[in-house]
Amino acid sequence: MTLAATPPEEAAPGAATPEFERAAAKSESRRGFLIAGPAYLYLIIFFAIPLGIVFAYSFANRNRFGEAVFTNTGFDAYRRLAEPIVRDILFRSLWLALLTTGICLLIGYPFSYYLTTRSSKVRNILLVFVMIPFWSNFLVRNYAWRVILGKDGIISRITDFLGLGEVEILFTPSAVVLGLVYGFLPFMILPLYASIERIEMSLIEAGRDLYASGWQSFRRILFPLSKPGVIAGSILVFVPSLGAYVTPEILGGAKTTLLGSYIVTQFLTARNWPVGASLSFVLMAVMLIATIIYFRAGGRNL
Amino acid sequence: MTAIAGRLLPNGNPVRLGDLARRFSLTRGALTANAWFVYLFFYAPIALLVVFSFSADRNVGRWGGFTLSWYDDFIGNTSIQNAIWVSVRVALLSTVISVVLGTLAAFAIERFRFRGRQAFDALLYLPIIIPDVTMAVMMLLFFSEFFDLVNLLFGTDLRKGFASITVSHIAFNISFVSVVVRARLAGMDKRLEEAAMDLYASRWKAFRHVTLPQIAPGVAGGALLALTLSLDDVVVTQFASGPGATTLPVYVFGLIRRGVTPLINSVSVVMLVASIGLVLLSLFVQRSRGGAAVGPPGAVAAGRSRRSS
Repeated sequence: MTLAATPPEEAAPGAATPEFERAAAKSESRRGFLIAGPAYLYLIIFFAIPLGIVFAYSFANRNRFGEAVFTNTGFDAYRRLAEPIVRDILFRSLWLALLTTGICLLIGYPFSYYLTTRSSKVRNILLVFVMIPFWSNFLVRNYAWRVILGKDGIISRITDFLGLGEVEILFTPSAVVLGLVYGFLPFMILPLYASIERIEMSLIEAGRDLYASGWQSFRRILFPLSKPGVIAGSILVFVPSLGAYVTPEILGGAKTTLLGSYIVTQFLTARNWPVGASLSFVLMAVMLIATIIYFRAGGRNL
Repeated sequence: MTAIAGRLLPNGNPVRLGDLARRFSLTRGALTANAWFVYLFFYAPIALLVVFSFSADRNVGRWGGFTLSWYDDFIGNTSIQNAIWVSVRVALLSTVISVVLGTLAAFAIERFRFRGRQAFDALLYLPIIIPDVTMAVMMLLFFSEFFDLVNLLFGTDLRKGFASITVSHIAFNISFVSVVVRARLAGMDKRLEEAAMDLYASRWKAFRHVTLPQIAPGVAGGALLALTLSLDDVVVTQFASGPGATTLPVYVFGLIRRGVTPLINSVSVVMLVASIGLVLLSLFVQRSRGGAAVGPPGAVAAGRSRRSS
């Protein structure tokens, strides 16, 4: 049994290894496979196969009842993505996701920096108060804005009181961005904080000693060093914003259909499964690219 | 040289120094103001929601005197009660199964070389990075095909419900648990296990008595993540649930889409209190254990953000 502890990669592959070492490596490999087995099997059945089904459907055709059929398969569904309606939704989703990311960065960066300047005791308390919205129910947090922004809501009544008239923000793109920023700001703050916290603050002091202005020391020292956090946080906000479904459904109106809602509509009401499936795949491709960038930036360690 | 020397020695000009100091405190003031703004932004909507859940006015957002009647409505509503039970059962069952499978997967990947390891590694990451909506669509098509197949083979009519929701939650939770546990395993000294095995502990005994106690905080962190992801999920669940059984978030989401009512306010507050209670509890447990991290914040953040859009 003790032989099993020998890491098999130490036995040079192809070289004439003693029989027992090869046997040990083999049993080690078999054991690893067995331990991974249940999860492996589960993910193949309930993840890989469903993914394959969606992939297959993205090439399907529709019969005259609107049902997806596998005759005359091809890229029709993907070609439909270039149509103005779908293209508009794609661009709108991209724009709102970018806007959300930008706003989160603009608010989150100074906030994260502020956190690092506090004493560790205060910082821990402040962090807990970031963690609470981070961990609490997203649906409910978005719903809270529905109450505030509604026609009877506080905002509308304040503006009414000030003589500005009732402001209807609800069901506009602004409301969606507001909801997304509210939902995802913690995801910007936490990686940013993690990366800013690691920076040697003596570097900034050294910069200041050498007469760098505050802006210069930010632009030349702080910001470049915190870039991994900026990239990680931006991706953590951008990617889910792009595929957001709950927020636009609750806070957005009919005119602010986004990618997520559009995909869902294709399956539940429009019953155009091939288009829905192909859009899901495009969305996944965007996420894969973003994830690669995230890992390159060292997001795994943040 | 002279130019640099001139910058190095600002001949004690009091006006410039004063400017500098003022600028400094201005930045500092702006930073503090921004921080207050962020906390106000985070908590004001929640606070207002809580306040208005006690308002007697039927119009959500108007104050009409204190009442508990919306909470009475909530307690008396059987469909909400049923949804809560489904939620809790799905969350517990999917967490337990995904913690076991996810921990085993993490252990196998970190400690063994086996055929198909890299493919498995990639497969384990996919549920984390896949968009919510895509996963939901996958589940919809999968169950529809699967049920058709079962009908064809055995003639039984299966319906989406408790089982299909649980199956789909396990499918994404395995990955999150394994990522959190892996981070913990990677930070642990492999030689401890090897020493145990050199002292004639079997693989299982070494795992049980050496590895498991060390990765316990990671396993607990993974479980917490899985539990909250399952309790909060709307999109995937919506596509995996049937008329027979829905979870609380899906039920509430349906209510919100039909219009805002005071009942939703009270349900929301209860959900909020439950999730905040869970966080505070976990933070408390963490602290009493000596401040062990819940997991790699990046992975946890990725999980929370991806599954909550």
